[in-house]
This record gives sequence, C-alpha cells and structure tokens, in this order.
Amino acid sequence: MSEALTPETVRKVARLARIQLTEADVDRFTRQLGQVLGYVEMLSELNTDGVEPLAHPLEIENVLREDEPTPSLSREAALSNSPKSDGKYFLVPQILDAG
Amino acid sequence: MNFTTIIGLEVHVQLNTRTKIFCGCVNKFNPDQPNTQTCPVCLGLPGSLPVINREAIHLGQMTGLALNCTITPFTKWDRKQYFYPDLPKGYQTSQFDLPLCQNGYIETFSHEGEARRVRILRAHLEEDAGKNMHDESGRGRDSQVDLNRAGTPLLEIVSQPDIRSAQEAKAILEELHLLLTYLGVSDCNMQEGSLRCDANVNLHIDTDGCSKVATPIVEVKNLNSFRSIEAAIEYEVKRQLEEFQKTGRKIGDPGVEKETRGWDMERGYTFAQRGKEEAADYRYFPCPDLVPVTTSPERIEEIRRSLPEFPAQRRARYRQEFGLSLYDASVIVNQGAGLARYFETVANLCGDAKQAANWVTQDVQRDLNDRKLTIGEFPISAELLGQLLKRIVVGDLTVKGAREVYAQLLADSDEGQTLLVDWIDAIIEEKSLKVVNDTGLLDAAITSALEDSQKAIDDYKAGKQQALGAVVGKVMKLVKGADAKVVREMLIRKIDG
Repeated sequence: MSEALTPETVRKVARLARIQLTEADVDRFTRQLGQVLGYVEMLSELNTDGVEPLAHPLEIENVLREDEPTPSLSREAALSNSPKSDGKYFLVPQILDAG
Repeated sequence: MNFTTIIGLEVHVQLNTRTKIFCGCVNKFNPDQPNTQTCPVCLGLPGSLPVINREAIHLGQMTGLALNCTITPFTKWDRKQYFYPDLPKGYQTSQFDLPLCQNGYIETFSHEGEARRVRILRAHLEEDAGKNMHDESGRGRDSQVDLNRAGTPLLEIVSQPDIRSAQEAKAILEELHLLLTYLGVSDCNMQEGSLRCDANVNLHIDTDGCSKVATPIVEVKNLNSFRSIEAAIEYEVKRQLEEFQKTGRKIGDPGVEKETRGWDMERGYTFAQRGKEEAADYRYFPCPDLVPVTTSPERIEEIRRSLPEFPAQRRARYRQEFGLSLYDASVIVNQGAGLARYFETVANLCGDAKQAANWVTQDVQRDLNDRKLTIGEFPISAELLGQLLKRIVVGDLTVKGAREVYAQLLADSDEGQTLLVDWIDAIIEEKSLKVVNDTGLLDAAITSALEDSQKAIDDYKAGKQQALGAVVGKVMKLVKGADAKVVREMLIRKIDG
C-alpha cells in the first residue's frame, strides 16, 4: 500500500486542473479520491515482473492517414462556439505572463 | 572565478507536410487569415478523433536518421497537460517515454577542420499550439487567439548538454538548420517560427580549485534568430555568474528549481517568465485516442537509402572530388543546396573546380548580396557561367576578360534582357577580349614596342623587373585581347635571348 492521499496533494491537483476548492471540498475529495486510489491499489498485489507496460489497450498499430488536405471549417463556424470573439479571433482575458 | 558553461538545446522544427499532424487541415503559415484552417480535431471539440499523418512520421524519421539517431521501432503518443489559451484541448499530444528517434549526434567543423560533436538525446513528434496576440496598449484588452497553427507537426530535437559556449551553440544551430534545409523536411524560416530554439544554460563553477558547484538551470525561450541565441546565452552566462557571486545559490539548495526566462532581443536581456508556483507539472499519460506506430528494420533502411546528401558529406566530396579547401567547400555548402548545385554545374561545365569555386564564392556571392537575390533568381545561370569560365580554362579568355564579360552580362540583364549563351562570344567579339595566340601578330607588336622602349629595356637589364610593365602595356594596346602573361614571357625571351 502506497502512502495515503494528503490534502496537500488534492490542493495541488486542483490547482493544476484550475479547479477552485473550498476547505470542505478538500476534506471530501481527500477521502473520496483516497478510496478510489485504495481500490486501484489492489492491482499492486499482482506480480508484473517481466511484463511490458501497456502502451495502448487496443491491439492495433499504425493507423495512419495520407497527407491529403480535407476542407476546414469556415471561420464563422470555427468561432461559433466561442464565448467571445471579434469575428476574426477567439478572445480571451488578457494573458499577462508571456510564457 | 573558473567556470564552464553548460548548454543544451531544444529545437522545435515545423515539418513541411501538406496537412496538419492529426487532421486534414492545411499546414500553411497564414496569419492574415486567422482561424480559417481549423476543424473539430485541431479545435479540440468533444468527440473528434485524431489520425496520424503518415508524412509527418516519414519526415521525422528522415531527420532522425540524418542526426545519426536510432529510430524507435515501437513509438507511442502521450498527453502533456497544461492550460494556455492557444492550446484548445488543455493538453498537447506529444511523445514522452518512446520518442520517434533517440541517441544521435550532430557535428560541426571549424575552418581548420576540427570536429565538434554534440549528442542528440531524442527527437519526438508533437503538435504545435495556436498563436496568441497580446494587447500591447496596456489597457488590459482581451488577447486574441488564432488557431491556424494548432496541430502543425513539430519535431522537437533535444540535445545533450554538450555545448560549452554561445558561439558553439550558434554553430550547432546553424549546422542543424543547414541539414534540415538540405533534407527539405522544413522551410526553417526562423522569422515565421518554423524553426524555434530554447537553450538550457547553467555554469559549473570551480569555487576552490577542487570542488565544483552548479548554478540553477535556466531555460531561455524565444530564441528566433542565430544572433539571438548567441547574444542570449552570452547575457545569461554573465547574469548567472553575477547572481552566484551575490547569492551563492546553487543546484541542490532548498527551493532551487529550473527557471524559465524569455529573451528580449531589442533590450538585450533575459527576464523571468514563470515563477516557482507555476512550475510545470505536465502529468504525462498515454494518449488513448492514438495507437502506437511501429517501423520495421526494412522500412528504416528504405528511408536511409532515400536520404539526400548531407552538408557534411557534400563538403567532404568537394574536397575529394574537386580538390577544394575545407574553407571553400564550407563557404559553398553553407549557402544551401541551391548554391551548391549551381557550383557543381559550373565546375563540371568549365572543368576547373577551383576556378568555379573562386567565382561562386566571390563574384556570384557578392552580386547576390548586393542585389538581395537567391541563387535561383540570379540572372547568370550556372550554364552561362560554366560556359564563360570554360573560355578561361581553354585559354581563350583571361580572368580579367571574363570579368568584363560577366559584368556586361549582368548589365544587359539589368536592362531587362534575357541572357543567352551565344552572348558570351558576342561580347568577347565586341570588346575584343579574345586572347590572341597568333604569335606572328604578337611578335610584330613586340618588335615594334621594343623599338621605342630603350630606357625600359636598359632598366630591366639593370635588374628592374617592373620596368617591363610599360612595354607590356604598349603591346596590349597594339594587340587587343593579348594575354599579358604570355606577352611578358615573350618579351623576356626576346630581350634575354
């Protein structure tokens, strides 16, 4: 059994996912996510020595397409689901950090 | 303080496929028509599924082989999670643990022929993000996002930290740029962002003569010209040294993490971009939407056989086949495949590679620079120059005479005329440039010139070699197109004999 999930980890994951949590949320998710992880932890009972990591659950490889253009969406259609646009670009709140 | 600069490069190359890496939208630099080259896949709309572009794999593997890499027989796709407005899906499809190509190297050569090898850790495929445009007015207006670029195939080439100076970093990037253009896998236009470079820089400082400490690693971004990579690294070395002297901060100290800095070319400094709080944590995991790609040894050999000649091979061939110096070979090859092909045609046509190299590296280069032309736009074709130089090789024309013909050809072209090979002879005729090998005619002219040059003859006999110059001039005036060297030799024979 690996270490138990800590509230700090929950806060970190929430921050990486840009999800705002209240302290009550952190408590609840630490417990709930801890239970999920504990359940999945059962897998570690299996001996996987010498077993290749699985790259993909489907046993299919090399699904490739030819380098042939297909029609794109019109700009109007592309922007149509955007919460905000100026008719040419998607608009987002000003980005401060140029990284 | 003794220190060693440690540099590794990460180079992003846009591959010149016709379509994007995971969808059929065209892959074209088109900032004037924003958001016209998108579809549900590259917009990251729910329910859409990516399919890998065969050509992107091919171009990536070509590049890997040219970089002496091992082509990974079984390669897979991973999601790199981060939030940024130019990344519609909230993750970038990339490759984590099984990159397309691994463990290669690239070499540069100094003009003295000294080789410098930099190891390549890996080269993997991924999708480019879109482009953000920020409001520069400071009034906090919204940023604009153009997703035309989202999904452009990128090959990220990562070097080992084998580079030891800013100059070396520039030289390696130039050689890589040249290799990619010879391969034709990318247009490598740094202004348009089809070749972008980040540099990881830190210093290993010898503090007391026996132990070394390392300054925190800084990733410098936005290096979009050869000049900026050199200048940014030079600046960063100075900055890190000063900071270390002030704070003593080193790798291994609590709270020391890799830092990201941007390069401002205009102001000439690097600036902090990402604080520790936002330190990257990409949580890679295998992409369930894309299946692995396998490549057989036979296929790898097939690609290897199809590769064009690399710049390094071409320099070596020019030295062996044409007897050029490494310097001349490099000057020609480093100007790109176009100029190299031009040179080869000229050399083969005229039969004197050294002569061809002199003209291509001096006259042609000068006029290309003056006129801001590419070799493909140059009015004097390789065939034309080859035929012109052949006249020198067979002895019909002096180099000086050939320069006159060349200048006339350029002048004619400037007047809007299309140049034809017959013109060479017409110009030679018109300007009486043909070397006169008619010894009877020359003999007569020499005899006549000597008759009223007694003082020069006496001076020459008294040991003043240069006194003959005036006599040679007289003969040349009498017989237009005479070869000064031949005239001089004949004169000496006559006076001495």
